Amino acid sequence: MNLGEFLFLLSGLKWTVALSAIAFVFGCAGGLAIALMRTSGIVPLERATAGYIALFQGTPLLMQLFVVYYGLALLGLHLNAWVAVSLGFTLHASAYLGEIWRGAIQAVPRGQTEASSALSLKYVSRMKDVVLPQALRISLPATIGFLVQLIKGTSLASIVGFTELARAGNMVSNQIFKPLLVFGVVGILYFLMCWPLSLYGAHLERRLAAAER
Amino acid sequence: MTRHDTAMSGTAAEAMIVMAEVEKWYGSFQALSGINLSVRRGEKIVLCGPSGSGKSTLIRCINHLEAYQKGEIRVGGTLLGDDGRTIDAVRREVGMVFQHFNLFPHMSVLRNCMLAPMRALGIGRKEAEATARDLLARVKIIEQADKYPAQLSGGQQQRVAIARALCMRPSVMLFDEPTSALDPEMVKEVLDTMVALAEEGMTMICVTHEMGFARQVADRVIFMAEGSIVEEAPPDIFFTQPRHARTRKFLGEILRSH
Ligand SMILES: Nc1ncnc2c1ncn2[C@@H]1O[C@H](COP(=O)(O)OP(=O)(O)OP(=O)(O)O)[C@@H](O)[C@H]1O
Ligand SMILES: [Mg+2]
Repeated sequence: MNLGEFLFLLSGLKWTVALSAIAFVFGCAGGLAIALMRTSGIVPLERATAGYIALFQGTPLLMQLFVVYYGLALLGLHLNAWVAVSLGFTLHASAYLGEIWRGAIQAVPRGQTEASSALSLKYVSRMKDVVLPQALRISLPATIGFLVQLIKGTSLASIVGFTELARAGNMVSNQIFKPLLVFGVVGILYFLMCWPLSLYGAHLERRLAAAER
Repeated sequence: MTRHDTAMSGTAAEAMIVMAEVEKWYGSFQALSGINLSVRRGEKIVLCGPSGSGKSTLIRCINHLEAYQKGEIRVGGTLLGDDGRTIDAVRREVGMVFQHFNLFPHMSVLRNCMLAPMRALGIGRKEAEATARDLLARVKIIEQADKYPAQLSGGQQQRVAIARALCMRPSVMLFDEPTSALDPEMVKEVLDTMVALAEEGMTMICVTHEMGFARQVADRVIFMAEGSIVEEAPPDIFFTQPRHARTRKFLGEILRSH
């Protein structure tokens, strides 16, 4: 593998990072909205979001990408690969993060909401100032765990022709006929992204737990 | 409509809290039945009764932590309905202290006390901090202002919870068994704080089995059983000449266990 081929892998890595970041950022926004609707006490919203979560948790990510990519094209919406793949991963991440945070919101003791209500705090402040900061701490390990899954999951984008790290690896491997070497390097690159994140998650969890002592 | 009118006139106008024929159900289980209670400004009420008799439910209806289904509750003249406007108006007047403190664990003691005045009343940071420090000093815990709740003892946490409620400048304070989650050696510091508050003229409804406290500060002791008010009397009469057999039995049990 020469330098050019390695740089090609790195350019794939760049797209993996970009796609993961976009899916995570938009997925956080979508997931927050879903978690809040899921715990709103408004029955139609709760049902709708429960259905959404069930749908995305109950079907393979690959199928979700296909549906967004080819399904929307069938409807006459010709999105470029970037937009389609970002949308697919965002919808996916929204469902998973929504479910993780729903659990975390419900794990915050009832007394916290009651004390906030008794202090005449309104819904927005109750959530923003009291419940969500505590829910975030509770959900941190699971959230970071999901981000790691998401980064690895972006390799599926290669199947719809998106040249991220896994597909770049595949292309290089087809060129130089050294699959073990190439995918070894690709694996190391994934590991170098995911492992520090896992460590960081554990560190944040300890620090936030310590702040409460 | 007639009840509106009477509540606004005569002695009822002095009433801080009026509950009239209040009924409350949890599903098909009736937790409160026919509750009539009027609390004058500055009056101190102690509410007692066996477990499950509806004491918590009663005071939680007053600030609408629980909805009630029949009757009327008025706080400072506001008829408490199911709409956000009257609920908010009532909650601004009513402070509450819980058995398990319910301090916000991710905020310092000072922030715990500043949050609601800033968010709910729109008071500026400086003023909110000054009020918070003032009230933390009054509950004798100012030196802990920058600590987090988990760094404090139970008694200290409960005093912070009292200060936090007072920062909203309520006209009524509700206490739901404020000392029953505390180690015995910490009960006194919390009761002393409550006595001081009573002496300053705060209107208070306290669910407690601390009969010494009841004797010392209560204007009336109310005994509940099975969702109803069974008996109410000033403490000297309540403790020496209880009228109902249930009250006598309850007092016997309480005094034995203390
Ligand atoms: N959320 C609820 N759903 C259903 N039933 C409830 C609920 N809260 C309370 N109850 C029931 O209502 C009754 C009154 O409860 P409440 O908590 O007011 O009693 P209490 O007098 O405060 O008792 P304790 O001394 O144990 O605190 C009890 O029988 C209780 O089981
Ligand atoms: Mg109770």
